[in-house]
Amino acid sequence: MSEREIRVRRTKEISPIDVYKLLPKTNCKECGEENCMAFAAKLVNREVKLEECPPLLKKENEEAYKKLWDLLKPPVKEVTIGVGDRAVKIGGKLVMYRHELTYFNPTAIAIDVTDEMTDEELLQRAKYTEDFRYGYIGQELRLNMIAIRSTSNDPQRFGSTVKKVAEKTSLPLILCSLDAKVLEPGLVATAGRRPLIYAATKDNWREMAELALMYDCPLTVFAPGDLKLLRSLAGTLTEYGVEDLVLDPGTLPTEGLADTINSFTMIRRAACKEGDELLGFPLIGTPITAWMEKGEAPEIAAWREAYVASMLITRYADALIMHSAEGWVLLPTLILRQNLYTDPRKPVAVEAGLRTLGKPDGNSPVMFTTNFALTYYTVESDITSGGVDCYLIVVDTEGISVESSVAGRQLTAEKVAEAIKQTGIEGKVKHRKLIIPGRAARLSGEIQELSGWEVLVGPIDSSGIPKFIQEKWKPGEA
Amino acid sequence: MKEEDEKRVVLKFGPKLLELLSKFGEIELEDVDIEVEDLEIWLQPAAAVAAPPAVVVPPPPTIVKPTEILEAEFVPPVWEYPGQIVEVNLGATKGKGGTRSMSLTVGGEEVPAYYLFEKPTPHPPVIVFDVFDAKIPLARAVRMHVQDVMGDPAAWAKLAVEKFGADMITLHLISTDPLINDTQPKEAAKTVENVLQAVDVPLAVGGCGDKKKDMDVFERVMEVADGERLLINSVTLDMDIERMGKAIKKHGHVALAFTSMDMNQARELNRRLYDFLPREQIIVDTTTAALGYGLDYAFSIMERTRLAGLMGDAQLQHPMASGTTNAWAAREAWMTMAPEWGPRELRGPIWETVTALTLLLTGVDLFMMMHPAAVRTVKEVIGELTGGGGGNPEKIADWVTMKI
Repeated sequence: MSEREIRVRRTKEISPIDVYKLLPKTNCKECGEENCMAFAAKLVNREVKLEECPPLLKKENEEAYKKLWDLLKPPVKEVTIGVGDRAVKIGGKLVMYRHELTYFNPTAIAIDVTDEMTDEELLQRAKYTEDFRYGYIGQELRLNMIAIRSTSNDPQRFGSTVKKVAEKTSLPLILCSLDAKVLEPGLVATAGRRPLIYAATKDNWREMAELALMYDCPLTVFAPGDLKLLRSLAGTLTEYGVEDLVLDPGTLPTEGLADTINSFTMIRRAACKEGDELLGFPLIGTPITAWMEKGEAPEIAAWREAYVASMLITRYADALIMHSAEGWVLLPTLILRQNLYTDPRKPVAVEAGLRTLGKPDGNSPVMFTTNFALTYYTVESDITSGGVDCYLIVVDTEGISVESSVAGRQLTAEKVAEAIKQTGIEGKVKHRKLIIPGRAARLSGEIQELSGWEVLVGPIDSSGIPKFIQEKWKPGEA
Repeated sequence: MKEEDEKRVVLKFGPKLLELLSKFGEIELEDVDIEVEDLEIWLQPAAAVAAPPAVVVPPPPTIVKPTEILEAEFVPPVWEYPGQIVEVNLGATKGKGGTRSMSLTVGGEEVPAYYLFEKPTPHPPVIVFDVFDAKIPLARAVRMHVQDVMGDPAAWAKLAVEKFGADMITLHLISTDPLINDTQPKEAAKTVENVLQAVDVPLAVGGCGDKKKDMDVFERVMEVADGERLLINSVTLDMDIERMGKAIKKHGHVALAFTSMDMNQARELNRRLYDFLPREQIIVDTTTAALGYGLDYAFSIMERTRLAGLMGDAQLQHPMASGTTNAWAAREAWMTMAPEWGPRELRGPIWETVTALTLLLTGVDLFMMMHPAAVRTVKEVIGELTGGGGGNPEKIADWVTMKI
């Protein structure tokens, strides 16, 4: 019998009924839900945790608890790197495709330093990585880890470098050397910090396993281009007692990128769709290998690193090690990560209320839009890039776009009139003229009636706002 | 020791050890007797342990450490799919009723995008370069490459093919917009003829967005370019589908069926087109949003569309196109930002590149693009993904110690 045949085929599509059967079925409401079935539905969607069911934690339900835990456990193990506020969790993926549920634990991104950098460069890069921030849709996009590479292969030097970095940052660390003797002083310097060890290979796995056990750290398994070896090592290390593994099938940034994409895809499918526990660990990619080509301009290497990173984020990488600390490389990388890790089940919404764009005064235009993030940010961008000073009222349409919310009645004249009152806009402008989205034109009469404001129907697309204001906005003519 | 604790120990170690022994019986077991003895002690009833059980000692490791690599198999997780994407030809050569030097085929996929362990990609995706028939505002990073040819679509197309490596051209007839130049269909068709003469690659023709005018223009263009197998960009639900479908069929062109991020609309539009057109004359475009401005929606709609087609949804078994140029709608692509974010001359093209590659991995067959560097990168990656592989893993085996 081949291993394929004996491997248990396990689909991760769990129904609430499967879960309900194992719950206490007492409908005690102690979890806050109306009944056990409602709790089961939320469990399947990962909106609640098993431990929120008090009866389940009682001794007589121990077996049911264990079965449920097994049933609900993600096919890709969750591994924690680091400790404290900035510890990162990687993996914990429940699905292969984001539309099947949602992706948890955004790809953690590490920037590298080496033990041959000057102290100044070392600490400057560490600080850059720790402090990196970009404000996007009301969130802060950040970097997550520092990867310290031993390029000297000198244990003492590596140990002292790790010590310096560890003293200056609370970020989780990845300690990189394929030589256990070099690595150990680094582990001594970070005792209790739970760095990720990079990496166990076919040659050093026993020593690395011992270190991982001794210092209680997660361990990367590195088997470039050889999935049989990767799977064998994962199995061996699991038996050795190392529970938290991270898999690296190798990142080939130029020739062989096809193999890399292929490997990441096979591993994730084997884990998520076929229940392969030996491949059910987080994946780490190393776009930093884009810097290995000799004699290239740094912009070329950085460019390649940026797009290889993006492809690996799309194809299942749970962590990345990168070298570029350039804004133009990191921005697309972090924004793509944010995009793909957004919960596709929830419409993305922004806060309702009044926004002041530019420097409006008492004669400036007043417009409204919906709180669907995409609509809002597009409108906001069109207004600011067009240099328009105005007030923008964001109406709560339950995160739905203008056209759909008019049709679905999440956007009504009543809501608009109420928003005008609540935002206090009447105290900020002298006029009473409201520009409404072209796609809400059919509400114009009703809005006028309910709010007492004169309604001007604006353009269908917000890109027409600057032109519209230029041509049509005459606040004086009441 | 409490009974509960003991039970947990048994649960935890029992099956594990059994599995270990049965599966890996052939390997050398270090200190195995002692370990088993330890385990037996743990399995003794609670009564045997002297009271009080104040401190619960964690169980000692009962793991038998392997001394060599335990060989496991790896079997690629290959699946079968009931559906296949149709093949669509773009551009017709002299023998086939057109004047192009070659024809391009897209589609034909039988497996998800770049699941190379299942099947190679039958046809490499094509890159279509955007050309406009009138001056339009372009991001500076793009404008600097096409400055000299703006306003001359034939020269622009030639530059795109000869210098930037475009597989195809989209000629956007934006000047036909009644609110811009209101160029008449007859005149617009002349521009199409000029471009057809200037380059010999397959051509796509775009309108101005005014549906009524677009239909008049497309009809005229399709007539003068009879048999050229143009890609008509685009046919939408709010057009007269019968009129468009019949004209595309009559003159031997291909419809780009455009819908806005809604699989049901995509199905509906295709269904309505099937009344007039064979499936081999339809490519779908479910809308591309820029990285950071809804790319996640575009990504998932495309991924779902392709998977649905492969799983047997006949109304979604069409090659997919992406208006990747929409990437430039993102402010990060064109805006001047603080110096730490780098020059927009780099931010813009990397934005278009990342938008394209993200969608490439959903299975997009045709990219409409604008920046030469983005075009070149996407072409290189496509070349690698469709014809490459066989890289040497040894090259990166020691990346940890590389000097940068």
